[in-house]
Amino acid sequence: MTVSVARTARRLDHRKDALWLAALVHRLSGLALAVFLPLHFLTLGLAIDSEARLEGFLRWSDAPVVKLAEGGLVFLLAVHLLGGLRLLAVENLAWHDGQKRLAVIAGVAAAVAAVAYLAVVL
Amino acid sequence: MAGVPTEVQAEPKPSELKVSLWRGTDEGRYQDYAVPQRQNQTVLDVVTYVQRHLDPTLAYRFACRVGMCGSCAMTVNGRPRWTCRTHVAKVAADGRLEIGPLENLPVVKDLATDMSRFFEHWQQAKGTFAPTKTRDDPIEPIRPDSAMRIAASAAIECINCGVCYAACDTVRWNPDYLGPAALNRAWTLVNDCRDGAVPERLQAVAARGGCHACHTHQSCQAHCPTALNPTASIAGLKRRTVQAWLTGEITR
Amino acid sequence: MNLSLYLWQRGTAALMAPMVIVHLVVIFYAARHGLTAADILGRVRGSLGWGSFYALFVAAASIHAGIGIRNVLSEWSPLAERTAGIAAAAFALVLFGLGLRAVAAVTLP
Repeated sequence: MTVSVARTARRLDHRKDALWLAALVHRLSGLALAVFLPLHFLTLGLAIDSEARLEGFLRWSDAPVVKLAEGGLVFLLAVHLLGGLRLLAVENLAWHDGQKRLAVIAGVAAAVAAVAYLAVVL
Repeated sequence: MAGVPTEVQAEPKPSELKVSLWRGTDEGRYQDYAVPQRQNQTVLDVVTYVQRHLDPTLAYRFACRVGMCGSCAMTVNGRPRWTCRTHVAKVAADGRLEIGPLENLPVVKDLATDMSRFFEHWQQAKGTFAPTKTRDDPIEPIRPDSAMRIAASAAIECINCGVCYAACDTVRWNPDYLGPAALNRAWTLVNDCRDGAVPERLQAVAARGGCHACHTHQSCQAHCPTALNPTASIAGLKRRTVQAWLTGEITR
Repeated sequence: MNLSLYLWQRGTAALMAPMVIVHLVVIFYAARHGLTAADILGRVRGSLGWGSFYALFVAAASIHAGIGIRNVLSEWSPLAERTAGIAAAAFALVLFGLGLRAVAAVTLP
């Protein structure tokens, strides 16, 4: 006799499905962008004081670790955009089978965009 | 004689299935049973075996056992399925089964859930036909190839089994959400030219918890045993309600 | 989520899709050419075009993020829907304020 507290002892299996993961990635990337945006705006606001302050920040952000983080942000923005376009398509265009493949392609495209960015800046 | 299949093995193979069944109500535990493995066996066969030979206190539901009524829906290895149409060989490759009641519904006992909320949501979505004619009126001519009838027919075979409702995470996270089955039915009626309650129905599905709460996870469509597509129906409702709002047929 | 919020959410999304692409191009351009603060400010200061573009972008993003946060709060946090709505609206206002300030900082002459 096994003892289990949670009713679904085995992880809910549908959470491995490609389209469910696409929806989760869309939500999580949106959350991450929402957290990032105020910081982004505050940084740009440094220009009010002086161009030198903004330049100081931009120099700090030359560090590779910061560039890696920026690559991550490019990925988040691209993946959120592509996921959103997928949603708009499903909701407004005729039904299309084969969305799983498109969702995977979208994820890969976002990753490619991020890598391209890193290739430029690193 | 060549070509004649041998009889299906009646005696159990030496191997056994390790079956964990949910016992209790919303609180409880999984209890293990050893069930003889047979050559052709559905998950419903397994549950029935336990109740008849091992533990008569087990509570579960079934009726037709041939995939027509939807009564036997349960969570099998993490997914909601019709147990009478799920072959053990397909889901328990390693000889292990974990069977629980459908998710997102309160448990009456063991594997049986209380489906009241599912049907209340159905009513809230105005999922009932509102007739406009009497028996003395001529029959409405409906062309089977009309766009509306094609849309309705694609979604009409729902037997209220609750699998989509159990699979949906938005149902899990949003207690107001009417759910895929209710909205799918509403869509078939919105496309029925004989129905007299379309504006009220559109207003109902445009309210809080209606079609706009759907995040298009598509778990409903992935799990429907009748291969229906509530995601597409709900997308249709989203478009239709926006149209209705633009023309003033419904209010925000 | 209701019809009204849905329209605002999808509407701002559709509006922002081309804007995000422009923004990504700008990011890549600035990175590729190693632009300094002086370079960037030199190009956008006093520009009505860039100012309007990014002001609109900020407005749309604030609404879109606000509604998204509202959904996440009401579905994933213990907050009641009304409280989630208030918190999300507050967040949207903060974002809008900071965003306009940033646009002003960078584009006003």
